[in-house]
This record gives sequence, structure tokens and C-alpha cells, in this order.
Amino acid sequence: MAAENIKHAFFCAVITLIIAYPILGLNLIPSGAVVSLEGADGSTIAAIIAAAVVVFLFQLFRDSIMARLGFLSRVNPLSGREPMPQHKRARLESWLLTGIIVLALFWPFFVSRGSVDLATLVLIYIMLALGLNVVVGLAGLLDLGYVAFYAVGAYTFALLSQYTGISFWMSLPIGACLAALFGLVLGFPVLRLRGDYLAIVTLGFGEIIRILLNNWTHLTGGPNGIGGIPEPTLFGMEFGRRIKEEGNTSFHETFGIAYASEHKVIFLYLIALVLAVITALVIRRFMRMPVGRAWEALREDEIAARSLGLSRTAVKLSAFTIGAFFAGFAGTVFASKQGFISPESFVFLESAIILAIVVLGGMGSQIGVILAAIAVTILPELAREFSDYRMLVFGAAMVLMMVWRPQGLLPMRRIHIELKDQG
Amino acid sequence: MLVLENVHTHYGKIEALHGVSVEVKRGEIVSLIGANGAGKTTLLMTVCGNPQACSGRVLLEGRDITREPTAQIMRSGIAIVPEGRRVFSGLTVEENLHMGGFFNTKSEIRESLDHVYHLFPRLKEREQQRAGTMSGGEQQMLAIGRALMSKPRMIILDEPSLGLAPLIIQQIFEIIGQLREEGITVFLVEQNAHQALGLADRGYVLETGRIRLHDTGKNLLNNPEVREAYLGG
Ligand SMILES: Nc1ncnc2c1ncn2[C@@H]1O[C@H](COP(=O)(O)OP(=O)(O)OP(=O)(O)O)[C@@H](O)[C@H]1O
Ligand SMILES: [Mg+2]
Repeated sequence: MAAENIKHAFFCAVITLIIAYPILGLNLIPSGAVVSLEGADGSTIAAIIAAAVVVFLFQLFRDSIMARLGFLSRVNPLSGREPMPQHKRARLESWLLTGIIVLALFWPFFVSRGSVDLATLVLIYIMLALGLNVVVGLAGLLDLGYVAFYAVGAYTFALLSQYTGISFWMSLPIGACLAALFGLVLGFPVLRLRGDYLAIVTLGFGEIIRILLNNWTHLTGGPNGIGGIPEPTLFGMEFGRRIKEEGNTSFHETFGIAYASEHKVIFLYLIALVLAVITALVIRRFMRMPVGRAWEALREDEIAARSLGLSRTAVKLSAFTIGAFFAGFAGTVFASKQGFISPESFVFLESAIILAIVVLGGMGSQIGVILAAIAVTILPELAREFSDYRMLVFGAAMVLMMVWRPQGLLPMRRIHIELKDQG
Repeated sequence: MLVLENVHTHYGKIEALHGVSVEVKRGEIVSLIGANGAGKTTLLMTVCGNPQACSGRVLLEGRDITREPTAQIMRSGIAIVPEGRRVFSGLTVEENLHMGGFFNTKSEIRESLDHVYHLFPRLKEREQQRAGTMSGGEQQMLAIGRALMSKPRMIILDEPSLGLAPLIIQQIFEIIGQLREEGITVFLVEQNAHQALGLADRGYVLETGRIRLHDTGKNLLNNPEVREAYLGG
């Protein structure tokens, strides 16, 4: 037993050394045209060795340390509470949601411009996560390339506005539908795949889209991206100081108020809010419809679902398409918010973050996903002081989360179908 | 009702059914018995179009369904209780039953729900329980109930007695007999040859992908070959 432990601890320490030394202990020094490799200084090496020793000791005494840490799950105030009855929970949920929305409507008028900007980003992630939640949480299809649809939405708007001068409002449905079309097209080849294979193929698809955007230079501008994407207008009113497009009026002149750059930010935030609410409501509606139950049935047991006459093709494609549609929505808002997009905004890390939101939120539950989106987007911003360690903080938060609530923040209680009170 | 004509089915290069012909007439209970790996499940799955027969024909109420997609076959008045029950373990009993009536109207669902609860009062008691937490016998009842929710004219059961205690098996076979009274045609696959043949109007014995014997249930029960191989002498 003890010998076993020592062996394991030693192994872990060696692994730590192997990983840490090349990453932290070696530096690439550019000198003129050549790059030379240099070992790190003494203190770094000492730190690496110290880290290995810590790992060794931790692994050696892991059992007793973990037993001490067991109190962590007891500290958690939410553990061991009885779940609320169904109807009470549903009422509370809808009150809570209404409250949040009302608060969110007035909140931007009292806070700084930076906060509103961040909140818009949060709303975009909420849309993305709600959409991915359909694919991963409800239909159980692990999609690692979700960011591709987000990119399709964003680039659709960017390109359309550049080449045809179409407005944000026209582009919103077009971008979403095009993303949905991509979802449909991608859905076909991956229908037969399950689990790991599906994950890998979707991952590849996400990368293909990004690389395509990167290399199709004469259309997409390649790595330079596309700039000058217009902001949304309100009934033909622009929010800039000067009017960019002929025929439009400007917001501050129409209402006879002084120009303020905040107007634009708040307007964009409100648009994102409305779209996020629409996303949540539409998907909620889908969950109650037969197609929502079909997603769940297929996730639970494919053979049983098919034996009941459900078509695997139709059910999976519908999940993919609907998920992609809302990613396209979010992409259009994102392009408009940034005013500039490049393939760099659509790397795999984005997919991973959206997936993390869905998993943290508790696979399938909408409120959980919304809370997780807020946490995951805002935490790194709050942790900006230790910007170098942001990902570390993020990782630690994830680990704690998994210790405390392995089922996610608010795991899904499926919407119950009741027939008795009707008719 | 259901006719299989000289059906061959392959898994890749391996042929699992070598020309099987079976007929189930309206209102009958027909039992299919055979050893492990004889191809019983394969035969049932071929009827459902997954995998499809590579030659021969499958006719359901006179319609050729050999090349139809599974979803379409399963919506034409036939229901299957798959091997190993396969209830939706995360859903409650009630929701499982609802899934069974996926393509029916609300009033039809309510009607069949009453019917299923009448057949299996135990399911009514457990309405709100998650299917995954129920006992094997209860899950089997649920699987049968779910199949009945679509009001099928014919029901196919793949080893409903698998892993159940004698008392529950008895109960389930009684229910199957009751289904025949209601006019539902039953095609039953079983290892439990004694019970299955005792209940059946007619029976087939499948051996390594071929039909070995075919007779009435009673005659098969008395057949020395069958007694030797499937009833322990
Ligand atoms: N998906 C598959 N791929 C390849 N071979 C298969 C597959 N399913 C079944 N087989 C093979 O086909 C043959 C018949 O299998 P089948 O499941 O139909 O037997 P069975 O009579 O239902 O047996 P049991 O009583 O154990 O359920 C077996 O040799 C099996 O290995
Ligand atoms: Mg079998």
C-alpha cells in the first residue's frame, strides 16, 4: 500500500518535471534572424523542483489530505437540501426570471460604460450557451465545433454589410438562417456518429471553418479580418455623432438631447437583452413541444426511441439546426458590437468556454446556464489583476465546482407534462 | 398480418439469417424459440428494418416493408418491446408512457394511459418514479406498457421474461394472453420455451439462422427434439 503510494507519487512528480521544465524552464531568445534556446535561471528551476516536491508530497499523503478536504462538500450550503416541489419551483423560476429581466432593463442606465459593454458580452454568451444547451444538454450530442456557427453568423453580417450595405436588422435573420443551414449540412454526415467520434468530427468542422475564413483572403480579408461593421439603427436613427449612411437621422438630434457615446452601448445592450430573452423563450417553448421530448428520448436511449417510430435523422438534425440558428443570432450581435471581426475570435477555446458554461450550468437547465454564463464571463474580468493566472483561477473554480456540485449549478428538472388538468 | 419470406440478413459479411420464412396471422400468439445466438433478435430487428434484409421480403398487413425506414415501419400499427427493456431511465414512468404515444393525439394518449394502468396497476402506483430506479419486473411492465401506448395492432416482444422471478414471469405471460383477448396479434421471442409454447397458438424453432421446426404450440411442447434441446429433457 505505502510502496504503491510512493511509486505513484514519484511518477506524478516526474510528470510534473517533464511538463513544467520545457514550458517554464526553457526560453526562446530571438537574436537577429536566429532563435536560440536558453535554460532558465536558477530561481525558476528551484521553483520547478519545489513544485515537483509539492506534487510528490501531496500524492504521498493524498488520502489523508482528501479526507480533510471532505469538509468542503459539507460547507456547501446547498448540499443536502430537499428539492422543492415541482409547481413551487416552476413559479419561483418564472418570478426570478421576470425579476432578472426587469432589473436588466434598467440597470445599464446607472452603471459605467465598461460594465454595460461587458454585460452585452455576457448576453451574447448566454445566447450561445442556450443554443448549445439544446445540442449538448438536451439532445446529448457533444458538439465541440459550435463556434463555427457563431462565426457564420458574424461573417454573414460583416460580408453582407460590406458588399451590399445591408442593415443589422436585415442581416439578423439572414445570418441566423445561414448558420442554421450550416448546422443542417454538418448534421448530415455526423448523424451516424456518437460520443467521442461526433466530438472529434465537430471539432474538425469548427477548425475547417476558421481556417477557411483565414485563407479565403480576397473575400474575408483573411487574418486581417473585416472592419467597419455598422452598428444597429433604431428605426433609421443612427447612434454615432455623425450620420454615416444617407437617409438616416441621428438619435440625439431627433430627440433633441446632447450626444453621448453611452447611448450606442446601451442600445446594443438592450438589443442583446431582447434577443437573449427571445432565445430563452423560444427554446423553452421547444422543450415543451414534442420535439423537445424527442431530443431527450434519443439522448436517453437511441434504440428505444427509434423503436417508438422516432426518426433519428429528423430529431438530431432539428437539434443541430436550432442550436446553430441561435449561434448565428449571437454572431450577428457580436459582429455589430465589435465593429471588427477576424478568425481569431472564433478559435476552439471559444467552443470550449461555451461548452464549459453548459456543463457548469447543469446540462439542460436554462437558469443554470444563464448563471454559469454570467459567472464564466465575469470571473475572468474580475480576476484581471492576476491576468497571467486567469486560466488558473478559472481551472480552480471548475475543480471546486465539480467537488461541490458535480451535477452543475442547477441541474435540469425536466418540464413535467400533465394531462390531467386539461380537458 | 406479418409474413417473412425467405429472409436473409447480414451483419457486414456475416450472415445471421439464412433464408427464414415465418408467418404470424391476425389475432394469434406466435412464439419463436431458439438458443443464444440463434438469430432471434436479428429476426425481430429485421422486421423493424434495422438491419434491413438483404434478400427476401417482409410483409406487414400485405404491404412490403422490406426497404422501408425503421421510423416509418414503427408508425404503422406495430410496436416492439426491445430486448433488455430499454426504458428511458431518466424519465418518470408517466413520461415514458407518453413517449410511447408520441404520434398519437392527446385524447388517444389519455385513453391508452388508462388502459395501460388498468393492465399494470403497479405502474399507476409508481407514476412519478424515475424508470431507472424501478425493479427489473416493473421496468419490463413499463416497456410493455410503453409499446401499448401507440395502440398497436401487433406487438413484438423480445425475451420479456429475461432475468425475472417466476412469479413476475407468470404475471407477464398472463398479460400477454390478455392482449390476445383484446385482439392484438403477438409475436413472442423467448428462451423460456415452456411458458412461451404453452401460451402460443403456433411456434417456430430457430437454430443458427434457420427455422428448424414449425408446429402448433402444443405439438412443439410434446416434440421429443424440442423437449431434448429446450425443455431440459
Ligand atoms: N450488431 C451486430 N453485429 C455483428 N454481429 C451481430 C450483431 N448483432 C448480432 N450479431 C450476431 O448475429 C447472431 C445472432 O444474434 P442475435 O442477437 O440475433 O441472437 P439471439 O437469438 O437473439 O440470442 P439471445 O438469445 O442471446 O438474445 C450472433 O452470432 C451474433 O453474434
Ligand atoms: Mg436476443
